[in-house]
Amino acid sequence: MTPPADTTAAVRRFSRAERWVHRTTAVLMGVCVLTAACLYVPQLAELVGRRALVVTLHEWAGLALPVPVLAGLASRALRADLRRLNRFGPHDRTWLRAALHRDKRHASRPAGKFNAGQKIYAAWIAGATLVMLGTGLIMWFTHLTPLVWRTSATFVHDWLALTIGIVLAGHIGMALADPESRRGMRTGTVSREWANREHTLWRP
Amino acid sequence: MKRNADKNADEDVNGGEHEDVQDGVNDGHPDERGTPIGRRVFLGTLGLGALGVVAAPKLQRGLEGFLGGTADKDPTGLTGLLPNGGGFRYYSVASSVPRKNADTYRLKVDGLVDHPATYTLADLRALPQTRMVRDVQCVTGWRVPHTPFEGVRLARLLDEAGVRPGAKAIRFTCFDGTYSESLTLDQARRADVLVALRMQDKDLGHSHGGPVRLYVAPMYFYKSAKWLSGITVTDDVEPGYWEERGYDVDAWVGRSNGRDDDPTS
Repeated sequence: MTPPADTTAAVRRFSRAERWVHRTTAVLMGVCVLTAACLYVPQLAELVGRRALVVTLHEWAGLALPVPVLAGLASRALRADLRRLNRFGPHDRTWLRAALHRDKRHASRPAGKFNAGQKIYAAWIAGATLVMLGTGLIMWFTHLTPLVWRTSATFVHDWLALTIGIVLAGHIGMALADPESRRGMRTGTVSREWANREHTLWRP
Repeated sequence: MKRNADKNADEDVNGGEHEDVQDGVNDGHPDERGTPIGRRVFLGTLGLGALGVVAAPKLQRGLEGFLGGTADKDPTGLTGLLPNGGGFRYYSVASSVPRKNADTYRLKVDGLVDHPATYTLADLRALPQTRMVRDVQCVTGWRVPHTPFEGVRLARLLDEAGVRPGAKAIRFTCFDGTYSESLTLDQARRADVLVALRMQDKDLGHSHGGPVRLYVAPMYFYKSAKWLSGITVTDDVEPGYWEERGYDVDAWVGRSNGRDDDPTS
């Protein structure tokens, strides 16, 4: 029973299940990042010490990181959004070109429910998380693989961690710059005015 | 087309009452169709990750060469925060490590010796000092080139204590209360094994294991126990902290732990 579009001030963007998936993933990712910082930034490592405990926290948070999304697959809304995130249309190419040219005009940035940047971020962070999980497991269960694998896995884990840190900062920075998009993730609804402006091709 | 068919089927099941009912309306909308680039980015990231693991030894060597050189000239110290960016990493296995200075620091030598002894920092400084410049190699991969260490040869302390016949090994303990290390007596008597008081031509700071740490030049750096407080001569090798957790006891650089780094000594 979709209400007539023009009369509603707020439109639904994320279901309760999707918001909880985002929330729990964010918390687990936060634990991973903070504990990683305590293991790698010398000043923090010196301040916190307790290397064995911090390592344990980091390992379990990392292991749990994919669980919310996997559990969320039970939600029809989340599956529908995954389909949207997967598919790139011609308008996404236009959006990316505008982003590369730093063209911020809304007219140059056509987007459906998710813009091309959000789609690429979602796919990349999912892949990167699994690479971190795989390399992390090699470092954790050292007796399962030859030691040279551990060193190689450490190398990939370290550099990808740095990359994820930067990309994640971008993700959070963009959310901080857009209160209405944050409201969408917090409450599930956004204003129709925002939806029309930021996601012109989205027909909620 | 197949996808649209699936979606219509979903809708039938839900009788159009579900919150996603609008999906059906949107079939044919650009938001719903198109190339599955998301999947390609996802799989591509996984593939790159796997490729990175395979190519890591080569990449690592190249980056270390480049970043190691840059780190020496980098006044901001930011390169030190990069993975394998050159410079030392701080590892402590204890929750907190007490600070010791010239007044409070003591090094105890005991076990199978004729003359157990306790040294103050001043005592150690009064003994003949040896300076060595070697690379430092950590078992996790980082390497710091040409690092000067200075201190008393361990062999000298052992000679002063008078090692009894039958003794085979040394156990090292640390004032962090947790860490321990071991060497065989032959290893301990090598000329490139120091009880180090200075590093990089400065007195050893707390974060580098000061005021006194062990320095075992030919071995991976976990053998060079920080915050050294006890040297006990034993009749057998007792594996140290990391050795209990899987690292090799005889930790020769390039010939242990499955690694092939260039030797450091």
